Amino acid sequence: MGLPAALWGPLGLLSSLALHAALGAHPHRDYCVLGAGPAGLQMAAFLHRAGRDYEVFERAPAPGSFFTRYPRHRKLISINKRYTGKTNAEFNLRHDWNSLLSPDPRLLFRHYSRAYFPDAGDMVRYLRDFADRLGLHVQYNTNIVHVTLEKDRQAWNGHYFILTNQKGQLYRCSVLLVASGLSVPNQVDFPGSEYAEGYETVSVDPEDFVGQNVLILGRGNSAFETAENILGVTNFIHMLSRSRVRLSWATHYVGDLRAINNGLLDTYQLKSLDGLLESDLRDLAIVKDAKGKFHITLKFFLEETNASQSADSIPLPQDNSDNFAMRVAYDRVIRCLGWNFDFSIFNQSLRLSSGGEFSKKYPLIRASYESKGSRGLFILGTASHSLDYRKSAGGFIHGFRYTVRAVHRLLEHRHHGLAWPHTAHPVSQLTDSIIRRVNEASGLYQMFGVLADVVLLKENATVFEYLEEFPMQMLAQLETLTGRTAKHGLFVINMEYGRNFSGPDKDVFFHDRSVGHTEDAWQSNFLHPVIYYYRHLPTEQEVRFRPAHWPLPRPTAIHHIVEDFLTDWTAPVGHILPLRRFLENCLDTDLRSFYAESCFLFALTRQKLPPFCQQGYLQMQGLASTESLRKHGVESGLLPDYATTGQVLEDGSQQPGDREPGGHLPATGHLIQSLDSSKQEL
Amino acid sequence: MPFDFSVFRVLVFFFIMCILSTSAGDTLPELSPQKYFSTLQPGKASLAYFCHADFPSTSVVLEQLNEAVRPLQDYGISVAKVNCAKEEEASKYCGKEKDLIKAYLFRGNILLREFPSDTLFDVNAIVAHVLFALLFNEVKYVTTQEDIQNIENTVKGKANIIFAYVRAIGTPEHRAVMEAAFVYGTVYQFVLTTETGVLESIGSENIEHAHLYFFHCKLVSDLTQQCRRTLMGQPLTTLNIHVFVKTMKAPLLTEVAEDPQQVSTVHLQLGLPLVFIVSQKATYEADRRTAEWVAWHLLGKAGVLLLLRDSLEVNIPQHTNVVFKRAEKDMPVEFLVLPDVDSIISHVENNMHMEEIPDDEDSDMEDPDMDIQDDEVAETVYRDRKRQLPLELTMELTEETFNPTVMASDSVVLFYAGWQAVSLAFLQSYIDVADKLKGTSAALFTRINCADWSDVCTKQNVTEFPAVKMYKKGENPVSYTGMLGTEGLLRFIQLNRISCPVIITSIQEAEEYLNGELYEGLMTYSTLSVLGLFSPTMTTAKEDFTEAGNYLKGGVLTGIYSEEDVWILANKYAVTLPALLLARHKDDKIESIPLAGTHTQDIVQIITDASREAFPEITVENLPNYFRLQKPLLILFSDGSINPQYRKAMLTLVEQKRLDSFTPCWLNLKNTPVGRGILQAYFGLLPPLPLLALVNLHSSGQVFAFPSDRSITEQNLALWLKKLEAGLENPITILSAQEWKPPLPAYDFLSMMDAATAQHSTGKAPGCMKETDTQESDKEQHEDKLAVRKEPVETLRIKHWNRNNWFKETEKSLRPHKEL
Repeated sequence: MGLPAALWGPLGLLSSLALHAALGAHPHRDYCVLGAGPAGLQMAAFLHRAGRDYEVFERAPAPGSFFTRYPRHRKLISINKRYTGKTNAEFNLRHDWNSLLSPDPRLLFRHYSRAYFPDAGDMVRYLRDFADRLGLHVQYNTNIVHVTLEKDRQAWNGHYFILTNQKGQLYRCSVLLVASGLSVPNQVDFPGSEYAEGYETVSVDPEDFVGQNVLILGRGNSAFETAENILGVTNFIHMLSRSRVRLSWATHYVGDLRAINNGLLDTYQLKSLDGLLESDLRDLAIVKDAKGKFHITLKFFLEETNASQSADSIPLPQDNSDNFAMRVAYDRVIRCLGWNFDFSIFNQSLRLSSGGEFSKKYPLIRASYESKGSRGLFILGTASHSLDYRKSAGGFIHGFRYTVRAVHRLLEHRHHGLAWPHTAHPVSQLTDSIIRRVNEASGLYQMFGVLADVVLLKENATVFEYLEEFPMQMLAQLETLTGRTAKHGLFVINMEYGRNFSGPDKDVFFHDRSVGHTEDAWQSNFLHPVIYYYRHLPTEQEVRFRPAHWPLPRPTAIHHIVEDFLTDWTAPVGHILPLRRFLENCLDTDLRSFYAESCFLFALTRQKLPPFCQQGYLQMQGLASTESLRKHGVESGLLPDYATTGQVLEDGSQQPGDREPGGHLPATGHLIQSLDSSKQEL
Repeated sequence: MPFDFSVFRVLVFFFIMCILSTSAGDTLPELSPQKYFSTLQPGKASLAYFCHADFPSTSVVLEQLNEAVRPLQDYGISVAKVNCAKEEEASKYCGKEKDLIKAYLFRGNILLREFPSDTLFDVNAIVAHVLFALLFNEVKYVTTQEDIQNIENTVKGKANIIFAYVRAIGTPEHRAVMEAAFVYGTVYQFVLTTETGVLESIGSENIEHAHLYFFHCKLVSDLTQQCRRTLMGQPLTTLNIHVFVKTMKAPLLTEVAEDPQQVSTVHLQLGLPLVFIVSQKATYEADRRTAEWVAWHLLGKAGVLLLLRDSLEVNIPQHTNVVFKRAEKDMPVEFLVLPDVDSIISHVENNMHMEEIPDDEDSDMEDPDMDIQDDEVAETVYRDRKRQLPLELTMELTEETFNPTVMASDSVVLFYAGWQAVSLAFLQSYIDVADKLKGTSAALFTRINCADWSDVCTKQNVTEFPAVKMYKKGENPVSYTGMLGTEGLLRFIQLNRISCPVIITSIQEAEEYLNGELYEGLMTYSTLSVLGLFSPTMTTAKEDFTEAGNYLKGGVLTGIYSEEDVWILANKYAVTLPALLLARHKDDKIESIPLAGTHTQDIVQIITDASREAFPEITVENLPNYFRLQKPLLILFSDGSINPQYRKAMLTLVEQKRLDSFTPCWLNLKNTPVGRGILQAYFGLLPPLPLLALVNLHSSGQVFAFPSDRSITEQNLALWLKKLEAGLENPITILSAQEWKPPLPAYDFLSMMDAATAQHSTGKAPGCMKETDTQESDKEQHEDKLAVRKEPVETLRIKHWNRNNWFKETEKSLRPHKEL
């Protein structure tokens, strides 16, 4: 690779221009962000708040240009839940899929739309306000047409990223954050594919489809959204795709077919002419007849005949098998096959490649969101979804707003020496710290299986540090990425669905699906907190070769907090007690809380104190009980009633010295004594 | 074997016996009659077998006799074979040839009994007969029911009877009874019979076997009353009788108030289990009756104790009514919930022979339930959840009202989490304080639930709950760092009403400040008033002191005086400036400390040290302050206020600097009832008070008690301390140095998951597994350390099934998931 190769590239001229310009002075930024969509603005917000030198480049004249056009039918399927019955702002973000993270409560999406599934226009308005209110540095109308590398040993990453805009203006960046989303419509190449209209251009006016036979290629939300719009006026809609339909409520993946779009499933199953078919598009061909109608045939039929033949003479499957499902002629074929990442602007020297056979649409990145090819190049937002495609929410606003924050924290440590933010607490606070997070943390909840909280134990496990939302696949590199040390063991707090619960073909409504007993918590099906305990930080090898279906390597011990119907994990016996027992057994200590009076007793009758007394009472922060609580304590048998503890002996006959522990006599001596006495008789 | 220990003990006892008796060796000595009689000692028993040495038919008898030498010697009885053959003037005991099979028992040189050799058929017979003859007075042989009735009547109220039925004299059982009689003959009246009729009259039907009864006659005062009888369940062996008699001797019922795991009685040492009947104060009488009933029924099978739950320090599961402790060492006690007394009996009887019938399923079910709350704070708060607290006394803040409120008025804010037990426990004290200060304090009492307003709390830098902060206009909020209770919080709020250090403006005011008149209302909260004296130019020193005053805010009253006429005070208290004046209101004393070149931290230290008293009453609240000194505590326990003489004696010693290496203090059981628990830990029982103890908490954990027969005077104390230092006193107890381990195991989900996958997968890709296999092996060790429950897959599944069933039936209506 490198320079000579680049010169041969289609944009070779531009890149050589860039090299020349690099010698002169052109604007430098520590951080360059490509795209002022939700991810780009989110990153900008963090950089801005941290006072970093950054610039966002946006092709359009305003933020969120994607949303000015898409979704075509204008209804966002990310929920805008305005009421949860709770006031906890962090918790409420669990059910707010549109807001970006900011300290400004006015920048919550619920102030922008009353609709549960809001209009895309509101998103545009929201993003504009977000950029304006926070004063983010965005260069609009700036289309970055080329990106290349410039080696420089002084640079943070050993090279600069050289960006060229449509006017040939160059920018030099230390770190490049690509948040350009997926902008290239996915096209499948097959004979006749040119007859298909694309989702991006197809009419959204149902009037245009009245009395037509429609074939839709694809089975994602855009395909169903398109179908939903015209369902009532067409003769019928057939949907064709390679794999079976994946319902998001069965897969627990928000990118699969959402119930709001699934009207066609209903009409299909109720035999109202609409239908679903499975076939690989690449085996098919579309033939247009003289009347302008479209016929489906097989690709190899075309290959057998020569191109000069007229459309009407091309063999069709129904010629042989007269009940072929798609033997009817279509008036329209619509392609709704999703989008791909735009790799074209990146010079080969960046070595930005797609993620292989299964995620061609996404660039290949590490779990830290950094490109595998170039240090300092990060992929944010939808384009970073390769890491959790069909698993978690990393491809959506409500997921990537957290992964962007994680990337920002990594950068703050890497380039500015600021260790990953944490709070340190005495170990007596461990149970409560975890309970607090699993009950309110939105990042854990949305990015389950991707971002996890980490508890780092300090020496002797008397103190711990709590790190929030660390990319769990980078666990082995935690020390270098965060600047924290993990020498004395750690806990990882993740949220998980039951292992065999989710899947396109799974019945998620099966009888007995809910687990209620704490002992069966490991069989919980719905999203629930899982805590992994490691005595040592796992190595990269261990993370990579972890057991199948495990998000992390095999831990020393694991705990599941039993799933909860209300996702409220604060039940004293059902949730907190088993967690405490788990933590106690991992740390080999007693994590119960005690009243000051109990600590007082321990302090004077034992040489060691439990952590709660050690870290509370002895630091003059003991917990006093009240009369009412004491009474309950005595009733429960957990607190002794000292007022009635054995009466003080009045006669003083017993010396304090000659204590006789209840009935414990030196037995052998006693036996001899009695023997001696009997012997004398003889 | 549960009896291991006892076996060992009996062996020891035999061994000692062997040493005591003048052993002549293991073999049967052969003596001439003359020689034999010359060796007889007065009072000593001797068994002699007269025979003609070369007579062959005697050899079998001789063999048995040879074997009996050792056991008989153990009882101090010598054995000899006397050869008659070659003696011309043969002894009269050397009979004619046909009678020569004869043995004789002598005590001294007096003939006690003559045994035909056919009665001495084996060792057991020999020992049994000999002892029977020797213990003729101790063991009454009866043949009729009347005989035994008479004996019973004569010993009623005086002694107990051990009654044995053996099928014949000379049997192994007979020997065992005789051996027991040898040991216990002086203590109990032994009665022996071979008549089945007598046994039947006692009420026994099975006459095939030997029987042994214990008649509890000593308790009987009324002659018409029958003695209670206890049948020994085990076969008649020396060991079993020994164990049985020991248990009969042990108290029928013992009351304890300590951790059942720690309790040990004679029963445990004898290999018998212990049954604790859990009693509560309210039901004590009934519980005691129950326990006695059980004790009678389990006499000889188990020890029965009454466990006084109310005074128990350790936690036992809430519904437990019986605690069962096996005799085997290291077996955890079982906490049981049994429906009636019969099930107690059957539980004990079923578990008598644990080692023979291993019943894993059973013991599994009796594992302490991990789902039972053992956190006292969580449990008490939970039990109190339905009580309505007067929450209206405190204002609940929200995100919207927080800033306006704390900016508008002086406010105290409690940051808490609605789900956290410690928070809720403290909320009660907080409301108490609000109630106490209702209408008096200018400060507004507010609270904010951080479970609802997480962001507000984070912004206020509150990451742990509960927390209290005091907000005052134009000042940084002050965090409360004291004890989470009414008293400490009240002091904090009251002392925060004035600025610290408060600026004193005149000599007059300074005097008023020092004698407590200036802030009379605050004197109950601060035992110490500190006044810093500075000349107006000492800026750095003043700054340091101000900083220290700020730091101590809410704990100690501090003031500063730096007017031009400060020298008047300096002269009066004979100090050079800068200086501290410390006024102790309790003793009406004013101390002065020069302050030149002292920095903030040291000033804080000086004031903190000064706030400690020379001979304080130690309380739950102030112990940590004294505990920090890391010195052994010299505690005078007193039931009520302390005798002034003792105080004087102690203070004199303090003044003489003889207690410098200790922290002398006293504890008032009336104010600090938990002191009883402490005394109980030191002495087992509550000793008479007052009592002085030295507790070496920080190094050895040794506890010494001042002898209660000596009066607490200066001299006696000094003497005792001297002896202590010289190591001449023995500790009464040593405090446990045990670490605080997890009270119960956790669910081992990892192995449950493993078990599930092992069932599903049938040899999945062995190559891939390698990596994890190696990891597992070095983790295994730790996993063992984790006290986790290992269950075989089968039982696990069965248990789940059961649980689920139960769950279904009881909670069907509560599970909306299913209905959806």
